[in-house]
Amino acid sequence: MAELAARGGHGSVLRFLTRRRGRIRADWSDWATYIYLFLGVAIMFAPVLWVALSSFKTPANLAEFPPTFLPYATETVTVEGYDEPLPLFEVRTEDGGTRLLAQVRRVGLRAQMIDPADPEAGRIVVQVADAEPVRRVLFTFGNYARLLSTSGSELWLFVYNSLFITVAATIITLIMNSMAAFALSKYRFRGNTVALVAILMTLMIPPTVVLVPTYLIVAQFGLVGNLWGVILPTVATPTGVFLLRQYMLTIPDELIEAARMDHASEWRIYWRVVLPLSAPALAVVAIFSILSRWNDFLLPLVVLNRREVYTLQLALASFQDENQIHYDQLLAMTTLTALPLAFAFIFLQRYIASGIASTGIK
Amino acid sequence: MADLVLEKLRKSFGAVEVIPSLDLQIEDGEFVVFVGPSGCGKSTLLRLIAGLEEATSGDIRIAGQSVVSVPAADRGVAMVFQSYALYPHMTVRENLSFGLENIRMSREEIARRVEAAAKMLQIEELLERRPKQLSGGQRQRVAIGRAITRDPKIFLFDEPLSNLDAELRVLMRVEITNLHERLGNTMIYVTHDQIEAMTMADKIVVLRKGVIEQVGAPLELYNRPCNMFVAGFIGSPRMNFVSGAIAEATEAGITFQAPHLPPLGVPAMAGKVRAGEQVTLGIRPEHFVLSNDGNGWPLQITIAEQHGANSYLHCTTPGGAPILIHEAGQSRIGRGDVLFAQPRMDQLHLFDAEGRRIELGESEADGRLGAGLP
Repeated sequence: MAELAARGGHGSVLRFLTRRRGRIRADWSDWATYIYLFLGVAIMFAPVLWVALSSFKTPANLAEFPPTFLPYATETVTVEGYDEPLPLFEVRTEDGGTRLLAQVRRVGLRAQMIDPADPEAGRIVVQVADAEPVRRVLFTFGNYARLLSTSGSELWLFVYNSLFITVAATIITLIMNSMAAFALSKYRFRGNTVALVAILMTLMIPPTVVLVPTYLIVAQFGLVGNLWGVILPTVATPTGVFLLRQYMLTIPDELIEAARMDHASEWRIYWRVVLPLSAPALAVVAIFSILSRWNDFLLPLVVLNRREVYTLQLALASFQDENQIHYDQLLAMTTLTALPLAFAFIFLQRYIASGIASTGIK
Repeated sequence: MADLVLEKLRKSFGAVEVIPSLDLQIEDGEFVVFVGPSGCGKSTLLRLIAGLEEATSGDIRIAGQSVVSVPAADRGVAMVFQSYALYPHMTVRENLSFGLENIRMSREEIARRVEAAAKMLQIEELLERRPKQLSGGQRQRVAIGRAITRDPKIFLFDEPLSNLDAELRVLMRVEITNLHERLGNTMIYVTHDQIEAMTMADKIVVLRKGVIEQVGAPLELYNRPCNMFVAGFIGSPRMNFVSGAIAEATEAGITFQAPHLPPLGVPAMAGKVRAGEQVTLGIRPEHFVLSNDGNGWPLQITIAEQHGANSYLHCTTPGGAPILIHEAGQSRIGRGDVLFAQPRMDQLHLFDAEGRRIELGESEADGRLGAGLP
């Protein structure tokens, strides 16, 4: 369905989003469906949206209580005779009206203001309680600028590390898992059920439990502080094997027999026949792999102990120390970090629905 | 091109014996059809020849060479699968050339062979399409084309027409027969459809439970089935069977007596059967002579099927046994009518209690003594 909507251009997207149950008038169930869907979208999307919007807030705006949803900034005005732009306030006057004044400075509960339209008139003293700052929605890119200037070249290193781990681990995962799945789905051999069950049983062991043994093995191979120390322990995933196996079971055996009669070696059958036909399932496994490798925190935290090999997630964590949390940079970087995943989803999404639907996970 | 010999071939899946022990010889250039009901082991036999299943014991020889331990690809056979098994992600051209690429054939030779096969099967304009964009008949042609490009010694067809509609099936039947004429290769064809077997085969092999029941030319099987199974399987509609006993056996012939039916005098050579023996008489629907004069078996019509050119009369004997009669042309007989039908004496089949054929003798079997009731 998503595929259809994407293909048809903007007109059909709108039509897709306003579809109804057969009839011309909206049924009560249409309303219920849309309310339910809207709630779902709100619950899932609001936190993401808030993070993204907050990354455009100024540090002062971030520290405000109660917090605002949209990024706001106080309006400023340049007044003749003052070097800095002055913040603009809406001040209630004694006669009940309001006028716009720029604040020069504030002393206690009083503030000295000046009329930006008529700076010659001199300073006016106003009660702070009567003055309301003039604010408007403003997206500032200061957080991003600061992030790039402070982390700078280091940031690109983190991006490279994360990308390298994600891409390398995903490629190896796809190859390893699909080979295992091919054997488990298409070969009859003694103990293939045992092998499958053993693989699936590893799902029951939480990754935190095997963290220490994994680290010890990685250490034995001398891969501590090396990106491969994070890549290699994660390339064989039971879910990936199971998902691909279930999908490959749907590829008819006759096809493989035909290839075998066509002089194809087992490798060629795998590479030229089975892999291309498993593309939807491979896309699903790729999505899962990209997601988990990009967002992986625990294993990199243990294995990658030098700043040069930090991933983005580790760098994110480093914005938070005992003394303070750099919310501004943290938010900016979180937004940046989530972007590649969003793109990966957009490009692979048309495979996900069909892939998940046809891999036995229904 | 080559002959094929199966010798004491045995195949079992675990404890289940699919093919107990089978001997068969197929000559070079023959079109052989394996026919039998589902589960008779015909597909397994084909897969054994193809090398897709490993024989439990016995030998398979192609052109005198034992291939029983040779991998499928190197046996020099090509198979057309029931589901066609075309690679869905490849174009027709890629489908046809995949097998040739795998043996590192030169590009020019591959192109030449693909063009030749496509021309022969009239699929030239489909070469750049994918299997999904083809109709059933076109897919069938591509599947055959894939076999042709490999230039095999023996073609194997595994129920290739079962996924096509009736009309297309008739067309493809003719085409495969023509193909055999043109190529002259040995072809082995598996089907459960006895009409396909009758129309296409040089030689039919009737299988039941992994055992060969009879091997022979189509008409030989039709005219002289060696047992009740073959008699019932070959021929459409099915042969009628009337069980009864031999009332009398003399020099001139025998008298067949079925319950509730008038006795029937059958010319036969002496000494074939003894009086009192339990036998089954087989008469094909087309081998009845209808009479209005009260001669023959009185049969009540339950359903009269009018096919236009043919009529099929479903009748019951007074004893309640069903009998099907074929009448050429259009019949005026309707439901509930009683008609008198006489089996044609030269077309009778007699089977003993075990279902084996009893030869009635060649010389008398020309209808000379077809006198009907004594």
